[in-house]
Amino acid sequence: MRQVAGLILWLVLVAFLVWGVLLIHPFGYPPSAMDDYIIENAQEQTGNNNVVAAVVFDYRGFDTLGEATILFTAVTGVLLLLRTLKRKENDL
Amino acid sequence: MLSKIVRTVANQLIVFILVFGLYVIAHGHLTPGGGFQGGAVIASGVVMLLVAFGSKELRKSLRERVLTIMESTGALIFAALAFAGLGTVFFYNFLVGTPVFGRIPPTGPGPGDFWTGGFVPLMNFAVGLKVVAGLSAAVLALALFASGEEMEE
Repeated sequence: MRQVAGLILWLVLVAFLVWGVLLIHPFGYPPSAMDDYIIENAQEQTGNNNVVAAVVFDYRGFDTLGEATILFTAVTGVLLLLRTLKRKENDL
Repeated sequence: MLSKIVRTVANQLIVFILVFGLYVIAHGHLTPGGGFQGGAVIASGVVMLLVAFGSKELRKSLRERVLTIMESTGALIFAALAFAGLGTVFFYNFLVGTPVFGRIPPTGPGPGDFWTGGFVPLMNFAVGLKVVAGLSAAVLALALFASGEEMEE
């Protein structure tokens, strides 16, 4: 019974994902006006020849700030976790 | 610690890895790549040294405290550059048009000019510093923990 339920759930999930793939715009056709705007104006507004860098650090700086925070949190977590384990061993 | 052949080759190879990583970071506003990618390249060089020499040997030259300070410095520079344009908006590219990194390239494909990009090259350096120090510190801490070494407070 559980296997049948799992199979149905899996089929529903696969159908959902395939449906999502079918709705993607064809390759090479930007779906939004924002893409055209960035491609046309990025060099003039930010001075970057690498438009990806312009998007990552300028147009979507908040996103990069979040990424940097994620890395910082991960490193802090690793160092903190391993450090406390050492200390506990020493205390015992 | 691996054999002498591996150690010698790693010793010679780390120079090229460092140069390539610095190139990817410094030309982030001209060519594919940037702070994250170049930092990952240099951190992979650190991992190579870690495999070749072992965590005990590498600890003598790479202190975790220094790496932590480096990472915090990178994060602070990044946030400071973001706040520096606050006169207009947060993350405003305030260096475009100034003598420092302020040249504007012609629209369309072109070879590029190093003194372009506004604050993006500086941000690439900050993020590169941060990624190098962060990944190296995490890998070094994991290796030290796996080998049962005492970690620096």
